Amino acid sequence: MTWLWSNLDLVGELILVHLALSVPAIILSLVISVPIGWLAHRYRWSRGVLLSLCALLYAIPSLALFVALPPITGLGLRSPVNLVIALTLYGIAVIVRTAADAFDSVQPEVRQSATAMGYSAAGRFWGVELPLAGPVLLSGLRVVVVSTVSLATVGAVIGVQSLGSLFTDGFQRGIQAEIITGIVATILLALALDWLCVLTGRMLMPWSSPRRSRRPALSDVRSIEADPA
Amino acid sequence: MIEFRGVSKRFPDGTLAVADVDIVIPPRKTTVLVGSSGSGKTTLLRMINRMVDPTSGHVLIDGTDVATREPVALRRSIGYVMQNSGLLPHRTVIDNVATVPLLRGERRRDAHARALELLDTVGLDRSLADRYPSQLSGGQQQRVGVARGLAVDPNILLMDEPFGAVDPIVRAELQQELLRLQGELGKTVVFVTHDIDEAFLLGDQVVIMRHGGKISQAASPTEILANPADDFVAEFVGADRGKRALHVTEVGGRRVVFDGDGRAAGVLAS
Repeated sequence: MTWLWSNLDLVGELILVHLALSVPAIILSLVISVPIGWLAHRYRWSRGVLLSLCALLYAIPSLALFVALPPITGLGLRSPVNLVIALTLYGIAVIVRTAADAFDSVQPEVRQSATAMGYSAAGRFWGVELPLAGPVLLSGLRVVVVSTVSLATVGAVIGVQSLGSLFTDGFQRGIQAEIITGIVATILLALALDWLCVLTGRMLMPWSSPRRSRRPALSDVRSIEADPA
Repeated sequence: MIEFRGVSKRFPDGTLAVADVDIVIPPRKTTVLVGSSGSGKTTLLRMINRMVDPTSGHVLIDGTDVATREPVALRRSIGYVMQNSGLLPHRTVIDNVATVPLLRGERRRDAHARALELLDTVGLDRSLADRYPSQLSGGQQQRVGVARGLAVDPNILLMDEPFGAVDPIVRAELQQELLRLQGELGKTVVFVTHDIDEAFLLGDQVVIMRHGGKISQAASPTEILANPADDFVAEFVGADRGKRALHVTEVGGRRVVFDGDGRAAGVLAS
């Protein structure tokens, strides 16, 4: 604990650095996966290829990817941008199948009814399909959030600062409190971001959990009694 | 007036859903397309708002071939009510009813004001306006579906088995409600069902379709019962059996009518 108190500034700074690495990667992987998932949903023949290719990304060893990326991007080995790109690729691998499933989860009748109402193809995507895919997308996003925050620590091995630096530094200097702080801070950060996702989801998608928040009106009592469910 | 002229539809998998159909759907009346599944009735309905385009032939609304109309604009001018209501689960009741006016670019406030009036029209309490569809009963959802279909005051209302998924009591209630509404509004209603009783109750014109997308007979219910075009129609409407085969027996000086099961159905008025 003494170590933590005397190094609060460092931990605070590393948390911010860690956020700066993982949040862009999380957002990018979501933004890139949604169109890929939609394609896989819309064009059945592409599904196997697209989803397998994206899942294969996860098979690339992380250290190898960190080393392989700089020559491709032309940025220095320690540039955080490389790490963000690597984390984005892993994020895509994790979420893209869920993104395809999310669009599959939209009921065909609802899609048909939107078409019959006179939604254009683009209007239907933004106004109907994407919001209705939201709950499943969110569940995928939560996995990405946790995995990205944890994976970002690996960057410390190649010298990109993050909460992982607390492990590497702690190991080298034999400070156990520093290692434990690194682990706990990473977990807490992941939980905090996850919680933020859930909260945002509830705000943006009030229909997916409406029943809990609403007291039944008097006029409902009869139908509730009649309904065994 | 809606006209089908030599309309056929063959789907990519080779099924012939509609075979060379000619039919006129009169304005301000209810026309019911009735047939078993696979008779092409829903396909026929969906050709009117171009959710399905015919392989050959023409569909005309007031003399204009719908193929010349832009599908999205066309659909926004025609009311559509479907089975299981087809409501958007992420929109409140009022937003669902106002869907098409908002798509057409009307101001939100105007669209909502009109949507509230429509809730009255279809017999729903305004307090339901802020609920989500999943918080309503099946019958209420179906009423919202009808309100949504009427939202832009369209001349044509397409109804695809709208009461198919509700229980018989609610269905009877909704059918009466539709008859009342149609009496007030006088839309050109095209209604699809597989229930011949529903067809006879609601239809001014009943179109009986058989497997393979052919029309067996298109006429008023009275005409169909009196002169079934062929054995298929007679069989389908049950003219020769069941409750439509009524017998008159004189009991104590009055002529009592019995149905096919031998139950007393009523007394003949003289």
